Amino acid sequence: MTAPSPGRAAHPAALALARRHRLRAWEPIPWVLAVAFYFAFPRHLGFGTELLITVLFAISLDLILGYAGIVTLGHAAFFGAGAYTVGMLAKHGIWTEPITGLILAALIAAAVGLGSGLVLLRTRGLTLLMLTLCTMALLEEAANLGHAYTGGFDGLDSLPIAPLFGVFDFNPLYPRTQYLYVLAALFLCFAFVRTLVYSPFGQSLTGIRENMLRMHAVGAPVRTRLVVCYTISAAIAGVAGGIWAQANAYVNLGTLGLDRAATVLIILVLGGHGRLYGAFIGAVAYMVLSHFLSKIYPTAWQLGLGLLLVVIALFARNGILGIGEAASRVLGRR
Amino acid sequence: MNTPLLETRGLCRNFGALAAARHIDFRLEAGARHALIGPNGAGKTTFVNLLTGVIPPTSGEVRLKGRDITGVVQAERVKLGIARTFQINRLFRRLSVLDNVAIAVAERVGAAPSMFRPAGRRRDVVEESMHLLETLKLTNDAGHRIAELPYGRQRLVELAIALGLKPEVLLLDEPAAGVPSAESHIILDAIEGLPRHIGVLIIDHDMDLVFRFAQQITVMVNGAVFASGSPREIGANPDVRAVYLGGGPRTGPPHPPDVRRVPAEP
Repeated sequence: MTAPSPGRAAHPAALALARRHRLRAWEPIPWVLAVAFYFAFPRHLGFGTELLITVLFAISLDLILGYAGIVTLGHAAFFGAGAYTVGMLAKHGIWTEPITGLILAALIAAAVGLGSGLVLLRTRGLTLLMLTLCTMALLEEAANLGHAYTGGFDGLDSLPIAPLFGVFDFNPLYPRTQYLYVLAALFLCFAFVRTLVYSPFGQSLTGIRENMLRMHAVGAPVRTRLVVCYTISAAIAGVAGGIWAQANAYVNLGTLGLDRAATVLIILVLGGHGRLYGAFIGAVAYMVLSHFLSKIYPTAWQLGLGLLLVVIALFARNGILGIGEAASRVLGRR
Repeated sequence: MNTPLLETRGLCRNFGALAAARHIDFRLEAGARHALIGPNGAGKTTFVNLLTGVIPPTSGEVRLKGRDITGVVQAERVKLGIARTFQINRLFRRLSVLDNVAIAVAERVGAAPSMFRPAGRRRDVVEESMHLLETLKLTNDAGHRIAELPYGRQRLVELAIALGLKPEVLLLDEPAAGVPSAESHIILDAIEGLPRHIGVLIIDHDMDLVFRFAQQITVMVNGAVFASGSPREIGANPDVRAVYLGGGPRTGPPHPPDVRRVPAEP
């Protein structure tokens, strides 16, 4: 073995790899905007809270779909598991403290993710897609039938959530506490996911997405990695669901439904998957679009959204962020 | 007799009615430079898949340094020191050349399960990957994505990944296929520059490469070992010439013979 030459680490490719995880100049922008929103639109914080929860949920999906390449249509299973954990514990007077409630929601959702992942992740492609859908449908039906505990079709409302730190009330009409609370949770989860995707573990997930057979051949325990990643993603989705239940003080079957699972998938595809910030862009784009489209054409506003998705799927596989990246590459070449 | 590095005993594999591997007894010694040749469909790649654990055998066993590894899964066999390249490139096409190699190196050194430290901070992994790329004259391509490279260069990345696993047994499935002759010497040099203790099994149709490289040649036909011996013995073997070499040992295999006319056992 020759001694490493000093120039090796200075090669542009080596430098690019060594610096990939560094914070880029534009990365604080979404956070600054989110804080600015709090002061600029005090009357729309309910909308803002919903938006941030959606971003958090979409980030959890990005981890498995965008990085590990696990295609799922049942991600709301974990959102709902988290939401029902918070809802049932609060409604039955067992646990109302919000932060520990979220940790419990994450643990329960992670357990659902681990259990289903161990079975589901033996499969791939269409089979996997259908099985994720089935898992979610089973949970939804269980919540529907367990009326005594889950409130069945009506769900559980007027959840008694204790004030944050014993001081700040969760007021559904003036959701100032909720907004900052969600923002903090989103920031922590995002920081965790960002660290994860730039770690060697995250690199190996990307490897699995790009070529699973090759990953087997370099000695990676592929299924273990997938299950671990799926469990982490489920926990984060559970946090999103738990916050949703706390912020709205209710939980219903909609948290476990295909509607929610499909919407978050659309958001991620719209924004750009495997890019972390696609979740932000996609959630904003989706919410703004549905707001204006439903104003313009109240009866069939989803048609416009559908057409946009067709265009994205045909011409911009990497979503809005992908268009931005391509544009900056073209400009950079000039 | 000393224990061979890698050994198979009575290895069989059936795909339905097709016997793709029939009672293969095979030995690869430490430090061997062994070639496996045979007409298309002879079962060479199936044999490699059995050695690496991609598919389980119908019967028989695989032993590494005397230890029975027949039930050991593919990823574990890699950790035990068996690495391979693929006949058709299996790379991370949208990632850079450096990333491709770094992923393999990270697995080998046990960095890959780490979740909280950025991959770029593992300087040992980056340094070693760059060193490998240097060895294979790929330094200038380090930042390019695989999809941007010509096929021949991609073959070199295949080899770099396998070498990044620091194997004791290296199985090369047609390493030079698709590589322009102007570049194939890089692959040959890399193979010849491998540490001596590694056992190398090379599968190829390129007779120049096989006869230059191998000290031992095994010929497979119809899923069974047809002949085995030194390059001189194989080159002089009239049966082998009839089924495979097409008359002369160094002229290459212009016409894949019709294997149905060949007896299963000599």
